[in-house]
Amino acid sequence: MINILEVNETNKMIEQERLDVRTITLGISLLDCCDADLDALNRNIYEKITRLARDLVSTGREIEIEYGIPIVNKRISVTPIALVGGRACRSPEDFVEVAKTLDRAARDTGVNFLGGYSAIVSKGMTPTEEALIRSIPAALASTERVCSSVNIGSTKTGINMDAVKLMGEIVRETAEATKEHNSIGCTKLVVLCNAPDDNPFMAGAFHGVSEADAVINVGVSGPGVIKHALEGARGENFEVLCETVKKTAFKVTRAGQLVAQEASERLGIPFGIVDLSLAPTPSVGDSVAGILEEMGLESAGAPGTTAALALLTDQVKKGGIMASSFVGGLSGAFIPVSEDQGMIDAVNRGALTIEKLEAMTCVCSVGLDMIAIPGNTPASTISGIIADEAAIGMINQKTTAVRLIPVIGKDVGETVEFGGLLGHAPIQQINRFGCADFINRGGRIPAPIHSFKN
Amino acid sequence: MSKTIITVVGKDAVGIIAKVCTYLADNQVNVEDISQTIVQGYFNMMMIVDTSRSSKPYAEMVTELDDLGDAIGVRIRCQREDIFTKMHRI
Repeated sequence: MINILEVNETNKMIEQERLDVRTITLGISLLDCCDADLDALNRNIYEKITRLARDLVSTGREIEIEYGIPIVNKRISVTPIALVGGRACRSPEDFVEVAKTLDRAARDTGVNFLGGYSAIVSKGMTPTEEALIRSIPAALASTERVCSSVNIGSTKTGINMDAVKLMGEIVRETAEATKEHNSIGCTKLVVLCNAPDDNPFMAGAFHGVSEADAVINVGVSGPGVIKHALEGARGENFEVLCETVKKTAFKVTRAGQLVAQEASERLGIPFGIVDLSLAPTPSVGDSVAGILEEMGLESAGAPGTTAALALLTDQVKKGGIMASSFVGGLSGAFIPVSEDQGMIDAVNRGALTIEKLEAMTCVCSVGLDMIAIPGNTPASTISGIIADEAAIGMINQKTTAVRLIPVIGKDVGETVEFGGLLGHAPIQQINRFGCADFINRGGRIPAPIHSFKN
Repeated sequence: MSKTIITVVGKDAVGIIAKVCTYLADNQVNVEDISQTIVQGYFNMMMIVDTSRSSKPYAEMVTELDDLGDAIGVRIRCQREDIFTKMHRI
């Protein structure tokens, strides 16, 4: 039987160490909504989302109350819209109408974000996929809750450099289209390599074509819990350090698995996966950088940071794998800058540069995330950063992503405030040397060899 | 249905257990186990209860116990047992 010490430990994690379930994300297939008529397509999409997600927010709230654990976000992911809108949308403007429908469905079901305004163009682009991509700036400027992602490469296909070039321009256009609001559109746009079909986290969530009609995916969190556990292991060797992370990750994930199963049962929708991710928030004590510093680094970004992050990510997976029957999504540790007070502090004290962040993305769960850069950064430079990140993902068979915010009208030394979970960020210095001739070549980078690994 | 864990934490005072138990009895909630300690004047109690015969909606009970805690100056939490067993038992 459970004892008072165990009960107190769990409640202390929740009340003092910010243990929460970061998101319940309902994945919905929209493939059966396809229609040649745009109005019919919009009607079908709105009807299916609002029907399946009608009770999502209230069910999440019920589980929160009964188990006493916060569930921070309730969200929806849908089939990449480039596939769904293929027949009805003949121009970027048509796709923007679909984005508005998604936004209305998100608002009416009460979710804070809906992901899947996406295209998967890892090898090539169809005309409709290109139209969707070209519609992204207007779509993100005219909606509030829609998130967009574009997968531009994979280990199996190589990197679609035409799409990389285009996405550099689209990121810039999105920044321009939302410049009145600190270029906030770019916080809802992510460029991926090796994107998973079942990711519950925004902005990169979409409901892949390999998925069932509807599925519940859950993202756990808990940087504060891991940091607190490590405070009890100060001065111990790496074996003790790793075991501490692993055991704590197990406990955190079990809470996520429970919430996932309950949500699945109550909504009558199959359980998909638990995503074992340490997702920070701007709140004090909920920081991945804080964990790295607790391990013994003077600041995140100091030499040793990549090793510390590698062991953290690996131990989180090792502990979490046994705690959940199905693991998927991104699973690891997120290192967004603006959403992690410890990372912001590290950038401000000059300890953490974009180049070090790039090295860290080789071992974290995603990539260059929520990094504010000067508003006058050329599109080709953004494409170059996307290509670098995609290359890391392609060669290392992992998901990588880029979510950069070129803040129009701001430069290094200034800060930008996005508000809420999106946080605030200092504008970071990026390499000023150009790569336009490289990006302008066009075509594809071939898939990498799978042997001779050195 | 799974059991429920009620925890009461706060400054010790006369009648804390009585007030919590009266509320539970009034709502047909059966107390199956109580463990309680006082550390440095702080009252710390855990009850394992069965709510299956209670007609009160769960969320309402959580809110009312929270309000009762506010009235007597302690923190009362009411949570389904699974959150603890899943976390601490394989």
